[in-house]
Amino acid sequence: MKVLVPLKRVSDPDNANKIKIAGGKIDTTGLEWKPNPFDEYAVETALRLTENGTNPKQRLGEVVVVTFGPKETEMTLRAALATGADRAIRIDAKDEDLDGDLVARALKALVEKEKPDLVLAGKQAVDGDSNQVGQLLAEYLGWPQATFAGTIKSEDDKSLVVGREIDGGTLNVRVTLPAVVTVDLRIVAPKSVTSKHTPATHNYADGVRFAALMAIMAAKKKPLAEVKLADLTTDTALKIKYSAFEPPAARKAGVKVKTVAELVQKLKTEAKVL
Amino acid sequence: MNILVIAELHEDSLRKSTHSAITFAKNVGAPFSILVLGSGADKAAQEAATFGAQKVLVADDASLKDPLAERYAPVVAQVAKAGNFDVVVVTASSYGKDIAPRVAAKLGAGYATDISGVKNDGGKLTFKRPVYAGNAFGYCEVQTPVKVVSVRQSEFAAAEPSGGASPVEKVALPAADPAAARVEFVSLEAAKSERPDLGEAKVIVSGGRALKERFAEVLDPLANLLGAAVGASRAACDAGYAPPELQVGQTGRVVAPQLYFAIGISGAIQHLAGMKGSKNIVAINKDPEAPIFQVADYGLVQDLFTAVPELITELKK
Repeated sequence: MKVLVPLKRVSDPDNANKIKIAGGKIDTTGLEWKPNPFDEYAVETALRLTENGTNPKQRLGEVVVVTFGPKETEMTLRAALATGADRAIRIDAKDEDLDGDLVARALKALVEKEKPDLVLAGKQAVDGDSNQVGQLLAEYLGWPQATFAGTIKSEDDKSLVVGREIDGGTLNVRVTLPAVVTVDLRIVAPKSVTSKHTPATHNYADGVRFAALMAIMAAKKKPLAEVKLADLTTDTALKIKYSAFEPPAARKAGVKVKTVAELVQKLKTEAKVL
Repeated sequence: MNILVIAELHEDSLRKSTHSAITFAKNVGAPFSILVLGSGADKAAQEAATFGAQKVLVADDASLKDPLAERYAPVVAQVAKAGNFDVVVVTASSYGKDIAPRVAAKLGAGYATDISGVKNDGGKLTFKRPVYAGNAFGYCEVQTPVKVVSVRQSEFAAAEPSGGASPVEKVALPAADPAAARVEFVSLEAAKSERPDLGEAKVIVSGGRALKERFAEVLDPLANLLGAAVGASRAACDAGYAPPELQVGQTGRVVAPQLYFAIGISGAIQHLAGMKGSKNIVAINKDPEAPIFQVADYGLVQDLFTAVPELITELKK
């Protein structure tokens, strides 16, 4: 199976409360960059689907990672290559020149060149929080989609049974490849991804794999291509434009209560919610 | 301007999420119609007809029994085109998030997701949406003539029926999408709960990893007593102490009840993003430095395993 994984680098989500806003614009200087966590889960999922889990060095398919960004985003791609992806593509672009729709249309053109069996993406980037690229891409390609995947079972490399985590539980669907799947948190649990290549007795570790030092060195030699955005789409007009950003209103400081009785009394008489 | 509200159904009734999308239309202040999709959708259509819509449009077909985006999106797009709707809106539930982008792509429309506010300035719509886990708000405009929008349920209070009966019309179904033939509904493992839905609950009792295996044992009696929904932090869900559908946070459910109990929750950014819109927040945590106390209206520094039983006793007095 050939899997294409779109990756986005985001400012460290654990430091999102350090976001500075100046003159109605977001200023990310001084923040650390990290791969979007959901996209890292997508890479891990792709690796699990294309290997014999008991012998991960033997890859039984191809995993291609792709990102949009300036030269320095190649670090994000190299990190994915170090964990086992085979090949990387950087589409040269600046963040401010992109929106979800443009990314999806450019990815469509790339998919038509690369012809993967599956596009695996994170369900959302944790900076823009838009949750749209996977679904848009599926529609532009005329492919089926399975969003918010918590489990994936690959029985024959031609179709996947995906457990979608929806508000009221889990909705299981079978998609015939090629398809777009977007992944949720629990896709990296030990038993979430099963493929016919990996023995049923094999249990993955919880979470995403780390790259060994040797693999980091080896990743420097793996192919990394650069593609111009204009080579994928000539229509680069944005459909969403931001006019301003502002910080959220601060919550007024609360009070500490000393006892449960005091808490209940305040909820009854002050907040009047009981 | 003319707005199309996409209804969300649960069995044969409207989900409350639909009421929030109706509130969006009312806030914009433009005429709106409601599109009800499903199999056996008569009851939901009658319900939708009491909200003051110009029309209720019904797509009732066996192929729409299960909410699959590949089947729903072509119907929504066709109805939107046929009725010359300028704005298509759905609530940003997992249902809305799944379907809306495909609708946008079919319409060549821009899609503003999970918005928390809208301003109508003489027909120019500006959308407010949280980014960076709610640590900033962006104001954006959709550049295309047709706009697709998903709205955050916790920021748009549920519309109340205004009486009357909008005319109900059946709509013709488009030819099936090729993509629809390649997706098949297998099963739904619905979470069984007698409790209110997280998106609709007035009180939520939420627990963190500190509860360990005693998650349900400790929280359920409190939730039962208050008629509350139960929520959980990502850490509690990840560790398997709580099922995933209970997760409150940036990438889980976003909630804004009257009263939110954060019990044994330290207050990671991702969790705060999902609950800091709550009207009253109570935090119970034995660590006085826990970040949750910075957003809590009432903080109690105490071990939850003694505090929660005490709280139950006190509430019963």
